[in-house]
Formats: sequence, structure tokens, C-alpha cells
Amino acid sequence: MAEKTGGKRKKTSQAAEIWKRLKKNRMAMAGLYTMIIILLLSLFGPLLSPYDYAAQNFTDRLLFPCASHIFGTDNFGRDILTRILVGGRYTLFITFVCITAAAIIGSALGLLAAFYPKMDNGIMRLVDILMGIPTMLMCVSIVAALGSSMKNMMIALAVTQSPEFARIMRAQVLTIKDREFMEAARSIGCGNTRIIFCHIIPNALAPIIVQYTLGAVSVILMSASLSFVGMGVQPPTPEWGLMISAGRDYLRDYWHIAIIPGLAIVVTAFALNMLGDGLRDALDPRLKQ
Amino acid sequence: MGKLLEVKHLKKYFPTKSGMLHAVDDVSFSIDEGKTLGVVGESGCGKSTLGRVILHLLPLTEGTILYKGRDISNPSRTELHELRRNMQMVFQDPYSSINPRQSVAEIIGEPLKVYHLCKTRQEYGQRVRELMDIVGLPERYEHSYPHELDGGRRQRIGIGRALALNPGFIVCDEPVSALDVSIQAQILNLMMDLQEERKLTYIFVTHDLSVVKHISDDIMVMYLGVVAEKSGAKALFEKQLHPYTKALLSAIPRAKLGGERNRILLKGELTSPIEPPKACRFAVRCPYATDQCRREEPALEEVLPEHFVACHRVREINQL
Repeated sequence: MAEKTGGKRKKTSQAAEIWKRLKKNRMAMAGLYTMIIILLLSLFGPLLSPYDYAAQNFTDRLLFPCASHIFGTDNFGRDILTRILVGGRYTLFITFVCITAAAIIGSALGLLAAFYPKMDNGIMRLVDILMGIPTMLMCVSIVAALGSSMKNMMIALAVTQSPEFARIMRAQVLTIKDREFMEAARSIGCGNTRIIFCHIIPNALAPIIVQYTLGAVSVILMSASLSFVGMGVQPPTPEWGLMISAGRDYLRDYWHIAIIPGLAIVVTAFALNMLGDGLRDALDPRLKQ
Repeated sequence: MGKLLEVKHLKKYFPTKSGMLHAVDDVSFSIDEGKTLGVVGESGCGKSTLGRVILHLLPLTEGTILYKGRDISNPSRTELHELRRNMQMVFQDPYSSINPRQSVAEIIGEPLKVYHLCKTRQEYGQRVRELMDIVGLPERYEHSYPHELDGGRRQRIGIGRALALNPGFIVCDEPVSALDVSIQAQILNLMMDLQEERKLTYIFVTHDLSVVKHISDDIMVMYLGVVAEKSGAKALFEKQLHPYTKALLSAIPRAKLGGERNRILLKGELTSPIEPPKACRFAVRCPYATDQCRREEPALEEVLPEHFVACHRVREINQL
């Protein structure tokens, strides 16, 4: 496990311990590095690109990947690489903001429902209602009610993702609440706040983190779908999903227009999943290496 | 030595679908400072509930609890917080009674943090190491997690946590029943040493009679939420008066070849603790039961000096 110094374990913080365990997991580290590269590329890549993501160039339209346009160009002659890089900013921003908001709101609701039985019925019925409506329909309704824009799409996505977190958190807290160490915590005088933050949340976090990465993937896909039907990011913003839907008309002859942003989504989703799996293992000190 | 804890007519009922479950029904006793009261009985007789009610981990239904003469039956939040400094608990299962996400030092030091007892980090670290030393945990385990340690060491963590606030009174809820026999002895000896050093008072809840004999000054035998018999430990092991106690003690295995053994085998099932009828609760299984036993609840009376029994026929049965 940790480094030994004369048989005694060195003092390490919980986060350092987790990092140490995560580092041993190659798949997770591959996922992490991929995510870092994707982040850096989308942040700084557009600055290096000689092309403008929105500039149309009709002499160079529908080019396959070549030396001057590594990923080719689309039907308006825009450089796909530049659009992927800029699109990454939007896609990643939308994904992380939505899923983080959903995780916080959902987990908080689930925790309250399980910890305070009086609130259970009210909160969980609300969650049931949200879960009972098909996700797509729900997003479309919310966006239709608020108006098509990136902000409203993000609100819709956060709302539709949160019930899942609430359910998982509630189930976790209910099982943790019955364990003897909760009673032990009471007996040493812990108040509710301390019990929630020091005893419940650390023990409930592992499945939430897995759900976070899985949910992130579905947010990427949902935002692509919403942009596809025109209810999310508006053209010419190069959001990845929007790029796929724009390339769909040319799929037979110029497949790279849709396939390349599709690959970007796949790679990001895969990296996130691997990272999530690795994090779950690293967060659980009971797992044997 | 004065009375540290006095419990009078304590009742704890749990509401269930089919009526009130009488987990603890009119139990009274007192413990002198520095002594150990062993509470024995089969599972479901309310012995653990009794310990939890005294520590206010469960609210009581009726009755009075006096700690050092002060009524603590219905403490306010601040009173309760203060009380917990003096009354602690050691739990049964060392695998589930400690948070798997905290390191050994964090678990033992948590009470110190809750009560803000240490002003500096150094003081805190030192106090935690002291506590680890007291319960016999080597310093190198400071940053280990519970899953890396065996049951005995985990139970030492539990004891260390209970001692952190320097309490005078500890409820031990079957602290050794989840451990191997060899480790049981270590933990019991540790607890007895601590009692001697720190003048601790224990309520020792257990179903293990050999353990209770080893550690207790007084023994209280419970049956379905009521006290069947109560006396000094020695007296009880020499002479049992209540038919249930007789049966219970005859069940202790003896390591003696060819020795005579009169095991009293009880027939019948436990009566339901839900809305029990006004009768002796043991009557259904008692070989001596009469109509009176099935009609009237026997009161706890002092049959011999310092030896209390709740049985209508105690004098006949024992020819007193």
C-alpha cells in the first residue's frame, strides 16, 4: 500500500491515497491523460489553427483529409479540425456544467430524502415524476417552454439527469444509515452535519462517481441530439453533435464530415468511462490491489 | 462508593403493526461506581436495547435514569451533548461499528474533534497516540484503515474511541461476541485493566455466560424485557433461584470429561414480546408454572440478601 518508513506508514491525506491508487490503474490513467489532452486541445488548439471555425470557403468545400486540412472540410469549406477543437470547448463545457449540477442537486435531494424520512415521500415522488417522463421528451418540453438556447438546453439536461443521482444517493444513504458506525457516531456526540459530511457522504460517493461519468456520456449524446433538432446550440457554433447532424446529408459520399466529430465523442466518452471505473476502485480503500 | 447510575422503572416500547413491542419493560437497577453490571439473556430479551436507551441512542418510553443523582431521563440537546462525554459505548461488531473511510487515528480522534478538546494539532496527535497506546495499538497503525486490521485490533479502535472523552461510564454491547476466543480474552483483560486504572463503570451486555462470570460484579438476568434475577456474580453462579437462570446456567459447556451434567432443557417457544399478557413471561416454558403464574406478573423481590428474583414460586422451588 503506502510507502513504508521503518514499518510505520507515512501520514498521507485521503486525497493523496486515492491518487496513489489511481496511478496504479493503467486504464484509468490512460482515460485521465486522454481527457487532459482533449481539454488542452480544445482550450489552446483553436489559437494555433490557421483557419477560422466559421469562415466559409467554397473553393475548398467537401475536401477529404489532406495535408492542409488534416480532418478535411465540410460542405461550406470550413476546416473540420478547427471546428472540432472549438466544438470541444462547447461540448465539454456543457457536459461538465450539466452533470456537475445534476450530481449536486440529485445527490442532495436523495440524501435529504433518506436522512429525513419525513421528506422522503415528497422528494421521491417528484423524482418518480421526472423519471417517468421520457428523457428526450422532457428536454424538448423544457427547452420549448424556455426557448431554444444553449443555456436553456443545459438547464433541461441538468434537470433530466438529476433523478438518477437522487435514486442512487437515497439507496446508498438508506443502507449506510443502518450500519452500526452511524450509531457510534451519535454516541460520540456527532451532530447531523458532521454525520452527513464525515460519515455518510464518503461512504456513498463511489456509485455517484460512476454515475457521474456515465451521465457525462449521456449528456454529450443528449446535447448532440438536442442540437440536432435545433433546440440546443445554434449554428454556426461547432458543437460536436451539431456537426454530426450537419454531416448526415453527406454521409454516403463525404462520410468524414459526420464520422470525425462522432469519433471525437466516442473517444471522450470512452476516456471518461475508463476514468470513472478507475476512480471508483481508487475511492474504495477496501479493494485489494 | 456511591451509586453512579440508577435506573427506575425503565420502559422502552417499539410501535409495530400488531401492537406495542415491549422490548424493555419496567426494569430497575443501580450500579456503584467502578463496578460492572453484567446483563445476560438470550437474543431478543432487550438487553442491547436497555444499553442504548440508557445512552439515549434510543428515546425511552417511560421511567427515570439518574446519573450521579442527576435526572437524565429527558435531556435537552446541550445536556445530551455534555452527557455523552461521560457515557460511552463499545459496540458489538468491530467490522461495522467503525467507518471504513476513516483511518485509525481519525476514528479514535473524532470525539476529540467533536468536543474541541485539543487546541493544537500537536496536542491532538499526541492525545491520539496516547489513546492508541492505552488500548494497545502500535503507533505504526496510525494511518492504517480498518480493513487492514483484524477483528481484535478493530475492537481496540472501538475501545479507544470510547475512551477518548475520558468517560466514567461505558456500555459494552457484546464487545467480544464477534471475536475469536483467544482474542476475546485479550480484549476482556484490556477492559478489566482499563476499569482498574480509570475507575470505569461498565454495563456489560452479553449472552456469553463465561464472559459475564469473568468480568461482572453483579449480574442481571433478563427474559423478554423483564428482569428475572439479579444478584452478585458469585452468589448467582453458586445458587440460581429463578427457573430460567437455572436453565441458562446449565447450558454453559464444561470442559470436564465424564463430569456429571444436568442440563435443563426448556420446552416451548419464546412468547411474543408484542403486547404480552399480564402473566409471568416465562410461564409458557417454565416447568414449575401454575395458574397463578399465568395470571399474575411476579414482582422482583429480595429473596436472599442482595439477591432479587421475580418468580411466584421461588421459595417452594428452592426450599427456602
